[in-house]
Amino acid sequence: MLAAIILAPLAGALILGLFGKRMGERAIGFIACSTVAVSAVLSFYVFFANREALEAGTKIHEYLFTWISVGQFRADAALLLDSLSGIYILFVTFVGFWIHVFATGYMHGDTGYYRFFAYLNLFMFAMLTLVLGDNFLLMFVGWEGVGLCSYLLIGYYFLRDYANDAAKKAFIVNRIGDFGFALGVMLLFSQAHTIFYFSDPARGTQGAFNWAMTQLADPFTASAIFAGGLTTIGILLFIGATGKSAQIPLFVWLPDAMAGPTPVSALIHAATMVTAGVYMVSRASSIFIHAPMAMMIIAIIGAATALFAATIGLAQWDIKKVLAYSTISQLGYMFLACGVGAFAAGIFHVFTHAFFKALLFLGSGSVIVGLHHEQDMRRMGGLKKFMPVTFATMLVGWLAISGVPLLSGFFSKDEILFRTFTTAGLPDAWPKILWIVGAITALLTAVYMTRLMVLTFWGSERFSESHAAHHDTRHSDESHQSVTPHGVGPNEHEHHAGPPRESPRSMTVPLVVLAIGAVFAGYLGVPEGLSGGKIPNYFERILEPSIAHPQDAHSGSPIRQIIGEPAAHEKAASAANAAPAAEDEGHGTEIMLTVISVIIAFLGIGIGWSWFNRKPLWQPPRLLEDKYYVDEIYNAAIVQPIKVGSTNLLWKIIDVGIIDGAVNGAAYLASRIGNAMRYMQLGLARGYVALVVLGALLIIGYFIMK
Amino acid sequence: MVPLSWYLGLSALLFTIGAVGVFIKRNAITIFLCIELMLNAANLALVALSGFFGDVGGQLFVFIVMTVAAAEAAVGLAIVISVFRNRESLNVDDVDTLKL
Amino acid sequence: MEQTLFIIFAVIAVASALNILIQRNPLYSALSLIVTLASLSALYLTLHAQFIAAIQVVVYAGAIMVLFVFVIMLLNEPKDVPHIEKHKWLRYLAIPFAGLLIAEMFYALPLDKQIAFPSIPAEQADTAVGTTWNIGTALFTDYLLPFEVTSVLILMAVVGAMVLARREGD
Repeated sequence: MLAAIILAPLAGALILGLFGKRMGERAIGFIACSTVAVSAVLSFYVFFANREALEAGTKIHEYLFTWISVGQFRADAALLLDSLSGIYILFVTFVGFWIHVFATGYMHGDTGYYRFFAYLNLFMFAMLTLVLGDNFLLMFVGWEGVGLCSYLLIGYYFLRDYANDAAKKAFIVNRIGDFGFALGVMLLFSQAHTIFYFSDPARGTQGAFNWAMTQLADPFTASAIFAGGLTTIGILLFIGATGKSAQIPLFVWLPDAMAGPTPVSALIHAATMVTAGVYMVSRASSIFIHAPMAMMIIAIIGAATALFAATIGLAQWDIKKVLAYSTISQLGYMFLACGVGAFAAGIFHVFTHAFFKALLFLGSGSVIVGLHHEQDMRRMGGLKKFMPVTFATMLVGWLAISGVPLLSGFFSKDEILFRTFTTAGLPDAWPKILWIVGAITALLTAVYMTRLMVLTFWGSERFSESHAAHHDTRHSDESHQSVTPHGVGPNEHEHHAGPPRESPRSMTVPLVVLAIGAVFAGYLGVPEGLSGGKIPNYFERILEPSIAHPQDAHSGSPIRQIIGEPAAHEKAASAANAAPAAEDEGHGTEIMLTVISVIIAFLGIGIGWSWFNRKPLWQPPRLLEDKYYVDEIYNAAIVQPIKVGSTNLLWKIIDVGIIDGAVNGAAYLASRIGNAMRYMQLGLARGYVALVVLGALLIIGYFIMK
Repeated sequence: MVPLSWYLGLSALLFTIGAVGVFIKRNAITIFLCIELMLNAANLALVALSGFFGDVGGQLFVFIVMTVAAAEAAVGLAIVISVFRNRESLNVDDVDTLKL
Repeated sequence: MEQTLFIIFAVIAVASALNILIQRNPLYSALSLIVTLASLSALYLTLHAQFIAAIQVVVYAGAIMVLFVFVIMLLNEPKDVPHIEKHKWLRYLAIPFAGLLIAEMFYALPLDKQIAFPSIPAEQADTAVGTTWNIGTALFTDYLLPFEVTSVLILMAVVGAMVLARREGD
């Protein structure tokens, strides 16, 4: 059953990749969407059929075959369903399906239609493998698979240089992270002697997390990072997560990844793939709770990324770039949640974010198509009367991400801020500092999203103005994407034609569906404090057994309790019952913080509204618009030294001098020896006979003398 | 009973004559004949040792040497013919273009 | 008796071998070589190698040498070709080389005294190894692979000879 979830998109990818060229658009769209629909239906079925078991913390293993078995090392192609992977496959297949539907409209008329959907299906396969794999190696397979598909799809318009450059950048930056991930898994294996997540009695395999739960927590010191213990493993795994989930310092690829088609940005670079890092950290929560230093680093990096990206997002002109930085910022939130031990809150934010960010991206895609491939917000404005459905759905997404109460983003973001404020995992004033950073980010989020909406849907209609008017050379990279006459883009023939118009049904229906999701997804996890503890946080409760809790690892005493067994759940539940007073106090704090974040959300929207309605084309600070010059700094600090080193040392000295020198030297030597020896070759039979007889003489002489 | 060394001595003598022939002769066919002589000298040694050891292997080897000699003669003479056709000469000193 | 036979045939063999070198006409050299082969065949009989002796006459003297004679007759080297001889000094290397070769080999000959030969009874000596039966049995059992490979070699030689000797444009 689980295998079918994974294999359906793979079958679609194979069919489309092999035979898609001869199919019509309708057939291609049907195959691509139906295979994902099969996955989605099966995912819902397995999740709800096993809901009771999942709530109780059962791990459902599905063994396919033993992939590698060498000595102690064993990796199976086996799938694992628990509440964490269950929730992931639900929203990945659901959001993925609607994005596929959207893409059938968005990519209409594109010459590479079948190629696009083959890649997209392949991506679904890889993503589901990543999520459902029951060991780190299979996760790594999916991890690399989504990286590959991301590369292929970013570089989908391969005739354009900037798309190829962006694809290569994404791939290379991800490789740096993958390096950390791979090292982390190796180190984990060297300690735990297994890479399976959980013990499976049916196969007799041991689980790394079961092992981790028996370990002592690492000390909270900087030296633990290099001690080679759980903290080191955690840090290495987190390095992998920073690559895939675009955190400082490896976030630079994600904004450039917007060179891909918009459905790709929505599916891969907003809703699913980039949250793989959060998934991995949550999955390995039993390792992280024993590595307090790693947790703190995750929290700090997450908060820093959130704030950093939000400020950049404030100053971008390209609608997709704004959303890209917004994604980075929200991912920072998720890591902040993981870092403070609130893995469930992080996953909850992944879940809600998948809906509203996919919605916003698809909405921007609809806008871009409606404006005939215009991405620069300076040439938008006043679109709400031209594109009513797109406007209405994006309005929902905007309010959801800004944290307006009763929409999904509000619940998840609030939960994260609350958990940050009250965490016991960080020393001194850190919880408060991180909370303040998170709150400022929330404010900025509301501001830049309001700016995006105001610039796009309200105000004067700037799209009819001459394209040349805004040719500001400083934004050449964005303007390139929108005004370069491209050869392979969708709907190319309609470029520069007519007023904006609403997108076709295939694009608006997914928008509406996702908008509904963006409104209601949050109700799965209403923070307990808001209802005074009356409505339990269902989302958190179902995730409970899949995730380790920091308090389980306190005090440094070995904890025999193994996560995943029902006992853990019961223990947590009994702990909750035992301390109602503390709970109430927590609820009071939570309500207070919620009020603050509601104020922040409205304040942000208000600031954005009043400021950008008056000055829509307000020139933001250069520092922000140029993204703090991070690309330039990386270029100067890393890329150029590598280039110079490669050119001057590796190429000119080592390659040309030593390696080529050795090869040429060998050839030269052979030629010189040959030159000397050729005088033995008289070209006469007699000369050769003389040599043969001489040889015979020497051989016979040798045997006689011996 | 003839001692083994007599046979081997005769073999050595014939071989040396063949080798000298290759040295001093310039006619391609004569050189071939000298090579055949050398092969036969080796054959004699093989047969002699085979007889003295009571082992059939040596004679089998002679058998194979004969087939090789036949093959060599066929190919070699074909080469001689085609060289003669091109050069109108059987002088091996005439055919030295292999030299660099 | 055997020694007498040996000496007679050995002298014939050496003399005819020397005659190969002495003759200027390759046809005479070839005929001289046939004499050498025939006397060697007789020596093989004294070594109880009847089969080899037979094919020495039939295949070697009969077939191969006929081929030689045939080619010599066919080519008929013109008499007026310029007398070309390059690196004549190499000719004189023949004398020291031949001397050394003979010296080395005859130096090695007395070493056969150290070899312990299996003693074959005189009445069995005739049929011990050299009969057609013995050779055939060995050839088609233990030495089957070399035998088959030899046939491939001959096939290649036949094809090669045809390719080489063919006139251009045939």
